[in-house]
Amino acid sequence: MTTPLQVTARLRTPVTGSDHVRGAADAPVTIVEYGDFQCHYCGAAYPNLTELLRQREGTVRLVYRYFPIANVHPYAESAAEAAEAAGVRGRFWEMHDWLYEHQDQLDPVHLSLGVEQLGMPPDDIDAEVERHAHADRVRRDFVGGIRSGVNGTPTLFVNDARHDGGYALPDLLAAVDAAADT
Amino acid sequence: MTDPNGLIGPGRPAPDFALPATPDGRRTGVREYRGRPVVLAFYPADWSPVCGDQMALYQAAMPEFDQYRAAVLGISVDSLWSHRAFAEDQGVGFPLLADFEPKGEVARAYGAYTRSGEAARALVVVDPDGAVAWSQLYPPEVNPGADGILDALERMRASGEVRVG
Repeated sequence: MTTPLQVTARLRTPVTGSDHVRGAADAPVTIVEYGDFQCHYCGAAYPNLTELLRQREGTVRLVYRYFPIANVHPYAESAAEAAEAAGVRGRFWEMHDWLYEHQDQLDPVHLSLGVEQLGMPPDDIDAEVERHAHADRVRRDFVGGIRSGVNGTPTLFVNDARHDGGYALPDLLAAVDAAADT
Repeated sequence: MTDPNGLIGPGRPAPDFALPATPDGRRTGVREYRGRPVVLAFYPADWSPVCGDQMALYQAAMPEFDQYRAAVLGISVDSLWSHRAFAEDQGVGFPLLADFEPKGEVARAYGAYTRSGEAARALVVVDPDGAVAWSQLYPPEVNPGADGILDALERMRASGEVRVG
């Protein structure tokens, strides 16, 4: 109890059919990302994760879970709820990509334009965000993350173990290759 | 507990204190929350990136702490004015206490003071009767997250010490 403990947190909420998954279903390595659409560290990790999925196609799949830190990022919650609104329409990843590619345009007006740009009904989605139709889902992801030891964003779990290394492409490739070998 | 300077361990009474909590001079301590669990989050300093994330994270997790009626108090040796600016910047609504004068007195009482003159990064969960239920020291650069705290609160609830709010 008197020496600092380096705790390796583990994912406690298993991946299920209701998760948003990108990549081969039978990939031996699963990365679960807890992210906040307004977090710039998440924004910086986004292209690296995309490239990782491309370079290790078939080996790794990515699961995305919501972890909005609303007290620091005022648009994080509405962005997450909009992504989930797209998700129930089978368009989660398009919205996810748009959000990370337009992180400085997450205010309601631009968000609505983004939804329209993607060919989804902006009025319907605005209304769902407005009445927090998807807030429970977002909260469920957040709580599962908190219980699993998510300590900021992004937090990645590689085959259930928290990845405490960096988010540069070489770091991610090394983590995936190590997990694939075990 | 062979190290006399080690972090306070479970079963020990939590030392009471009265630290400034707001610039108008209001003070608070663990005794004020008797009957509820108290989470004491000692951290090295306002404004270091990892701390910001830790306190911001606890604010975001407040609905979970509320389920156990737990009070959350952040403690560092920074002054109240630093705390106030930091809390505003991070949207932190729970008290950040200034262990400023005499410097680090409360951190020392809990065995959470470092040679560099800052509080260690340490979590202490105090039960509703004022005894330490769980404590853990972390490396200064690691944001400990909230899972250890919630596990401790959950064990308290399972043993009947805390009712769900």
